[in-house]
Amino acid sequence: MMASASVRISLLFVAIGLLSLFFADIAITSINPWKDLTALFIGIVTPDFLSLQGMGTALLRTIAFAFTGVALGSVSGFLLALAFRWRVVRMFSAFIRAIHELFWALIFLQFFGFHPLTGVLAIAIPYAGIFAKVYSDILDEVDPTPARVLPAGTSTFSAFLYARVPDALPHLATYTAYRLECGLRSSAVLGFVGLPTLGFYLESSFSQGFYSEVGALLILFYVLIATLRFWARPRLVPFYIIAAPFFLGDGLPIVWGNVVRFFTEDIVPSPIRNGDGIAGLATWLSELTLHEALPGIWNTLVLTQVALVLTGICTLIAFPLISRHFGGPKRRGIGHILLVIARSTPEYMLAYILLQLWGPSMLPAIVALALHNGGIIGHLIGKRSNEIRLRPDAPQGCDRYHYELLPRLYRPFIAFLLYRWEIIMRETAILGILGIYTLGFYVDSAIQNIQFDRAMVLILITASLNILVDTISRRVRQHLKLRTSVTCEGH
Amino acid sequence: MLKTLKRALLLSLALITPAVAETFVFTAIPDADETKLRERFQSVADYLSQKLDVDVRYVPVKDYAAAVSAFRNNQVQLAWFGGLSGVQARALVPGSRAIAQGKEDTQFVSYFIAHKSTGIEKSDSLPDAVKGKTFTFGSKGSTSGRLMPEYYIREAFGESPDDVFSRVGFSGNHSRTIRLVEAGTYEIGALNYAVWDSEMEAGTIDTDKVKVIWQTPPYQDYQWTIRGDVDERYGDGFIEKVQTALVEMKDPELLGKFPRSEFIPASNDDYDSIRNTAEEIGIID
Repeated sequence: MMASASVRISLLFVAIGLLSLFFADIAITSINPWKDLTALFIGIVTPDFLSLQGMGTALLRTIAFAFTGVALGSVSGFLLALAFRWRVVRMFSAFIRAIHELFWALIFLQFFGFHPLTGVLAIAIPYAGIFAKVYSDILDEVDPTPARVLPAGTSTFSAFLYARVPDALPHLATYTAYRLECGLRSSAVLGFVGLPTLGFYLESSFSQGFYSEVGALLILFYVLIATLRFWARPRLVPFYIIAAPFFLGDGLPIVWGNVVRFFTEDIVPSPIRNGDGIAGLATWLSELTLHEALPGIWNTLVLTQVALVLTGICTLIAFPLISRHFGGPKRRGIGHILLVIARSTPEYMLAYILLQLWGPSMLPAIVALALHNGGIIGHLIGKRSNEIRLRPDAPQGCDRYHYELLPRLYRPFIAFLLYRWEIIMRETAILGILGIYTLGFYVDSAIQNIQFDRAMVLILITASLNILVDTISRRVRQHLKLRTSVTCEGH
Repeated sequence: MLKTLKRALLLSLALITPAVAETFVFTAIPDADETKLRERFQSVADYLSQKLDVDVRYVPVKDYAAAVSAFRNNQVQLAWFGGLSGVQARALVPGSRAIAQGKEDTQFVSYFIAHKSTGIEKSDSLPDAVKGKTFTFGSKGSTSGRLMPEYYIREAFGESPDDVFSRVGFSGNHSRTIRLVEAGTYEIGALNYAVWDSEMEAGTIDTDKVKVIWQTPPYQDYQWTIRGDVDERYGDGFIEKVQTALVEMKDPELLGKFPRSEFIPASNDDYDSIRNTAEEIGIID
């Protein structure tokens, strides 16, 4: 059989996924998992907007953290993008984006405590790394013709401003707007570690079984994201950015001595702090590797590969929901709502909910990752499919799907999946905080035991793993000669 | 003219700035449901504020480590810690002191609870039948929900919990441990007896689904811990004032929210055995 390269790669990934599934722990341990799910569903359809105090404030804080964090990340990312031809800048950007927002938040919490800066930096830093990469891609791809016709002696700055920025500007704006939506999700999730955003209340209401409050919070959140393009108009954005820092709340004052202490004492490996020398450090590291890092890496990899394949399956099922090649506008409308819900619900929240219902195994995490990422890629592929024009006598239904659309959409589909691979892994690691034994579990345990030296080593290992997967994914994409428009890669 | 304006402005500024009194901030480990914590500690804040003559503010946190960190970072000056978190916090903040504990905290115990489907009955020692079941602790940093249960599991079986049970989880807090075992998400759980007893009294536990199967021997638990440097900030003898205020808390309604019958003075040495246990298990270096 003469299979194409992208089919061979897909089969390889499916094989790895199946093998991982064999090792993965996917039991439903809860005795009556559907009872709570029903209760949750009833709660969501009977939302209670009145009982929850502070919901308005939480909403305001969620928006304020998102705007401040994304604005700061975008400006820093743009500056980094200008220096992107230097390897050290590229590595720095790759490093800061390889660490998840929640890990950044957990780090800053240790010395800034519950100060707004914790939340703002937790969003701004990884976003700066992402912006740097995407902005630099966009700037590289602008039409070079205007630069060629500039008169000799034009300064670099003017050349940049007049020959490159105008062409890139719409793409930069589209991508930044997209990141704002991600920023809202990140901001909401930060509540799970104690910042005063929506996640804070969602976690409290959920853990107490107040499902109608959960329903109200989720609906508010969906409405917030779905209406984003109506209230975040380009002309209003500067006002939002100026106002946002004033709505972050007070938190608690920063004690700067803590910052110094964190970097000079807390994260110094304990054998060095206690003067046990290199031998002590070696024992410490090997013990940490054997009991925490290796099991964490293994579980993270297994879960990621299963989730990646299931994400692909979800995508293939999801994209026809919004494709104009199947069904009328009414059915597509429902499809859009479903996909908006799937992609607006952060995987962390979804995994948290499913974990409470089904009990502790990898299954809730896998399903959450696949639904969320499948929703995102399904949306992008669905949009792509709408650009395809079929012959009037093209087949209908299943044949249309298999013989007309899928072959045309398969390459972008694989490209998007490979793009999301690293993101799925970053998210898999973080889901450990919820109690699945991925790297995040061990990071959280170290933090709970006030052993920040261990936590830092584990976070660095997580970051390296992400960078590794990112590199492999790029190689595979180069090998397949895949390109996708960066503005909708959905990083 | 300009001078007068300036003077008037300065004067009005002086008038609207309230007498600068530093707020005394405290936190507590989130060992129970959020709503309960808020009710409980908002009343404590009101009570202390009246007794101490300073503004007192309660800050909720999401996990045990956050409570310890806030205390260590001097963002809170007083905290209601568990045995283990108190030991961790005092080791990190030289000069900090355990000043009061509930009367019940000198004789605290953990309950092991089981879902009825396991068929395990109550007994005088940790039943062998729990082996191979699914099990949940409370929070990773909890004394009654993690440290002491783990200690007794190791003592009974000579193995780590991971080897004894088919699955080990951390529910997050004691109320949630009840909910998860009740729902059958885990078959066995271990928790703070006081949370169980007060939920029993409130009638929020489905006793057809879950019951107590074993009670650990007693140990020291919760205490109020204060930073040693508060005297410099809030005036000499402030630590004693806080201690007196806590010990003199007699309002049964307020105490009932903990639930404790009264607070008695405590000292750092009371928690030596907790520290030893934590070192033995490897939670503390």
